Amino acid sequence: MADLNTNTNQGEIRYLTPLDISTKNRKKYCRFKRLGIKHIDYKDPEFLLKFINEQGKILPRRLTGTSLKFQRKISVAVKRARHLALLPYQSDLLK
Amino acid sequence: MNHYESIFILNPALSETQVKDVIKKYQSLLKDNGCKIVDTESWGLKKLAYSIQNKLSGFYALIDFQYSGEENIINTYETELKRDERVMRYLNVKLDKYATEWSLKRRSRVKKEKV
Repeated sequence: MADLNTNTNQGEIRYLTPLDISTKNRKKYCRFKRLGIKHIDYKDPEFLLKFINEQGKILPRRLTGTSLKFQRKISVAVKRARHLALLPYQSDLLK
Repeated sequence: MNHYESIFILNPALSETQVKDVIKKYQSLLKDNGCKIVDTESWGLKKLAYSIQNKLSGFYALIDFQYSGEENIINTYETELKRDERVMRYLNVKLDKYATEWSLKRRSRVKKEKV
């Protein structure tokens, strides 16, 4: 047991002062509320690309920070765009 | 007064004149039923994000219209679109107040780009 402990300590780097790494992320915000956008256009696939991932899935709002009201609108808009073949239902390397 | 928006994708095998004919047909169909057509846009031949009926491109057309009254017109319009073999895909949407505002803005922007 004692041997194991010394081994692990060797690989460890010790700092005299704690490193200044900010653990607090910048607060996420709803871009629609901040910018005063009231309507999300399903005819604009370029804009909707911001809210889907590489596979064409809709990103959760915990990642994008969108408020619930606009997340619902986004999901409707993305689904309409998919129906009109402006966005793919599934894909790879969309971005 | 309700505002509606209709988009349909036409078969890419059609010629330019045929595309115009189809758009005119639906415009007149709506007009005959008492709708007021606000605007029509033809986006031309566009690539599709996935294949529809084994085709990778299609002509997009958009008709913006106003209609006040019962919704029967929309139903007849949709059945007409469904029966038409030249139409590969369609979407009719009723616009809320924010959407109509947006459509006005968008239209003026599109017109500016043309000029």
